[in-house]
Amino acid sequence: MNPNSEIYNLRVNGKTYEIRDSWVGESLLYVLRERLNLPGTKGACEQGECGSCTVIMDGQAVCSCLVMAATAIDSEIKTVENVSAGDSLTEVQDAFVTEGGVQCGFCTPGLVVAIEHLLSQNSDPSEIEIKEAISGNICRCTGYGRIFEAVDKAVSVRKAKTL
Amino acid sequence: MSSAVDTSTRRDILGASAIRPDGSAKVQGRFEFSSDLHAENMLWGATLRSPHPYARIISIDLSSAYKISGVEAIITADDVPGKKTYGLISSDQPVFAKDFVRYVGEPIAAVAADHPETCRRALAAIKVDYEVMSPLTDAELAIQSTTPPIHPDGNVIRRQQILTGDQNLQGEIIVEGTYEIGMQDQAFLGLEAALAMPDSGGKGIEMFVATQWLHEDQKQIAACLDLPNEKVRLTLGGVGGAFGAREDISLQVHCALLALRTSRPIKMQYSREESFYGHVHRHPAKISMRHHATREGEILRIEARLVFDGGAYASTSSAVLINGVTHIQGPYRCANATVDGYAVRTNNPPCGAMRGFGVVQACYAHESQMDKLAIACGLSPVEVRLRNAMVTGDKLITGQVVESVAPVARCIRETDAIPLPAPLAENAHPLEIVGGSGLTSLPHNIVRGVGWGVSIKNLMYSETFDDFATARCQLKDGVATLKYATVEVGQGFVVLAPQIARSVLGVDEVVLDTVDTGIGSAGSTSASRQTWMSGGAVDGACRLVRQRLFEHVGKKYNIDPLRLVIEDTDVVDMIGDFRISVIEASSGVLIDETFEHHHRPTEELDENGQGNCHVAFAFVAHRAVVDVDVELGLVKVIQIATAQDVGRVLNPIAALGQIEGGIAQGLGLAVMEEIVLEKGKMRNPSFTDYLLPTALDAPTVVAVMIEEPEPQAPLGAKGIGEPPCISVTPAIAAAIRNATGKDLPRVPIRPQDICF
Repeated sequence: MNPNSEIYNLRVNGKTYEIRDSWVGESLLYVLRERLNLPGTKGACEQGECGSCTVIMDGQAVCSCLVMAATAIDSEIKTVENVSAGDSLTEVQDAFVTEGGVQCGFCTPGLVVAIEHLLSQNSDPSEIEIKEAISGNICRCTGYGRIFEAVDKAVSVRKAKTL
Repeated sequence: MSSAVDTSTRRDILGASAIRPDGSAKVQGRFEFSSDLHAENMLWGATLRSPHPYARIISIDLSSAYKISGVEAIITADDVPGKKTYGLISSDQPVFAKDFVRYVGEPIAAVAADHPETCRRALAAIKVDYEVMSPLTDAELAIQSTTPPIHPDGNVIRRQQILTGDQNLQGEIIVEGTYEIGMQDQAFLGLEAALAMPDSGGKGIEMFVATQWLHEDQKQIAACLDLPNEKVRLTLGGVGGAFGAREDISLQVHCALLALRTSRPIKMQYSREESFYGHVHRHPAKISMRHHATREGEILRIEARLVFDGGAYASTSSAVLINGVTHIQGPYRCANATVDGYAVRTNNPPCGAMRGFGVVQACYAHESQMDKLAIACGLSPVEVRLRNAMVTGDKLITGQVVESVAPVARCIRETDAIPLPAPLAENAHPLEIVGGSGLTSLPHNIVRGVGWGVSIKNLMYSETFDDFATARCQLKDGVATLKYATVEVGQGFVVLAPQIARSVLGVDEVVLDTVDTGIGSAGSTSASRQTWMSGGAVDGACRLVRQRLFEHVGKKYNIDPLRLVIEDTDVVDMIGDFRISVIEASSGVLIDETFEHHHRPTEELDENGQGNCHVAFAFVAHRAVVDVDVELGLVKVIQIATAQDVGRVLNPIAALGQIEGGIAQGLGLAVMEEIVLEKGKMRNPSFTDYLLPTALDAPTVVAVMIEEPEPQAPLGAKGIGEPPCISVTPAIAAAIRNATGKDLPRVPIRPQDICF
């Protein structure tokens, strides 16, 4: 839309993408979804309130709707598409499916990214640490009960694997 | 879009916690929501909306907007080729406002352009001259005949009285109150989105849309486009929750019109703010009630007056009102009633369906009254409810006999038997204490309270509506393929349908065909109806296929088909040794059957509110435990105990998910969720200002599912979606009253209601 658009590179899931013909005001969320064909990251509030757009940026969980894409040129970005490949699910993803943590599924990618991030920092979180870690991810369907179950199961499966 | 294959080898039959076939795609971010769709050469669509609650449109100037590079089309009311209005029950809402705007957010024009930002700039460049008028925002004023109508259809959308028994009976005990319920938003996460693909030549259109009811959308869109229904083909785009807000048309007609105008695919997607403007909300309501009872607490007569603010357009207001007035007695026996209800039109945002559909409001009033009755009679909240609990065979105030299983007393007793939570520990983590991590609450200000709520909810559509469901089953080589137009909004029909097929047919592999308008209607995913209705249709289609399979096997092996049954994954002769796998039995043949499930007919209410207007009922009890900081007015809901009448549990984990999710929404209405209006304008159309329950707000839920199979229901199962969110709200309010001693007649209960 803008003849004066910028060209810049983004590092996403280990790949370098050149962003062309873009409007400089686009959010990282928009660029991931609409330009890089990575629609797994969802947008639901555009204000950093709901966590649906959670991605990992330089090791931090951030709301990609609040990051201007053109400012992320020196960052390493990881999205839900980077969590698992093919049919293999991580313990967290598998537990979400088996424990009923998924209903409509719109909040799910953001929650999966947030919980994977939590468990990468703290392999055995307490109940309150789990709640705090995902309190920025709104789920309107589940009331969170099955999501807590899923995290508990993922933690115990991971523990059993490392024993 | 919605095709899925379930090849699990476990016997995921009815009663098992079968795994959602869309689960893997959803946890990996591969599931295609309607907002994820793209097409070659696609344009973006966007909507211009009214900033005024009530104004006359003098002129619309599109010239500046057209000059913006990248703008391909701008359409207004003059560009609607067919019917200029739409609506679910009455067609009273303009596709685009022409002469008047009647609420803030009403669509006036739509733009197609190359980028969402171009759309935004084009909308900003459209000049609309208004003559601003004084809005009607008071529902009581709307009732008065002296108030000028804001719409040709008038300001009273519907009035319904229920007059039964002795109209003058006075009880020894009389309790009364006036209760208010605020405007709640469904706040599904997956924003409204659609992709419209015009047929070449412009004589038809294909749409991928997130909706609750494909065929109703098809009908309304086709009428506005002046196309035959079959030229408007709808496929379900992945739906990110609904809760009633997708029952009405939002962007569908606009998106289709832009696609036909530009001959290019159009994608439309609302922002969160626009979503607040673009869909209907839960009706705010004011309900005055008076209960007459004996000294022993037996209800003799109720008087009630209900006013539902329907906002600018009718949507489903008339049906919401009927639910309100017909459920105002609650799940309690009552022989005499004087009830008057109004659904009115105002210049507030339009209201329509939201989970609970009019019963949420009624329940808040009748349960608040039950607690007053308990106090007046010196009874406990449990005892007063048990004394009045209705049973199967009781007559409602509408004259309808409750034929459904009605385990009201059992719901109450089993809830009561759930242990109360431990007292707040002295060393509790700050996040477990009301007020949270700010450590604002001083221990001596925290008071624990307990409260009750019990409810009755109708299932399916009412008042003569035949909301049937259609399903097709094909069986070949041991694989069942199911086709239906049943919308998956997240509730789990996508897992239930294969469970039904496995149970009936003895297959393991079930393929789900695309959900689209290529088959008959399934009705709406609402009114707690899809397990019963579409479940009944899938069950019926599978049973027809099974009968044909038995006939085929019987002929081939010379056995009377009546002797054949399905046992696990085999066809078995009940009285002989014959056994053959379903895979082998169906090898090389294609059996294809379609079935429509209709519920029993219902009646309109007469002028006295008498008639068998509802199909069936479900019941639930909730007990809430809260901690309240009585100085600061802060509330933390600690535990919700519940026993719900579910008929039969078909998938335990999915059922529990419905119960927990509904409770969270009812909690939201009790203590945090409200669209705040000022002269018709929303003050908080964002997730920053409209607060939703988070993981830290979620209470511990202890749920009991009461299984008394419903004879009317095809699978014995009642709908379970709505009851969880209904009586939990008054239960929490009652718990806060218990902790504070305050009257608290209005939800959501705000800090200032508690501490001032």
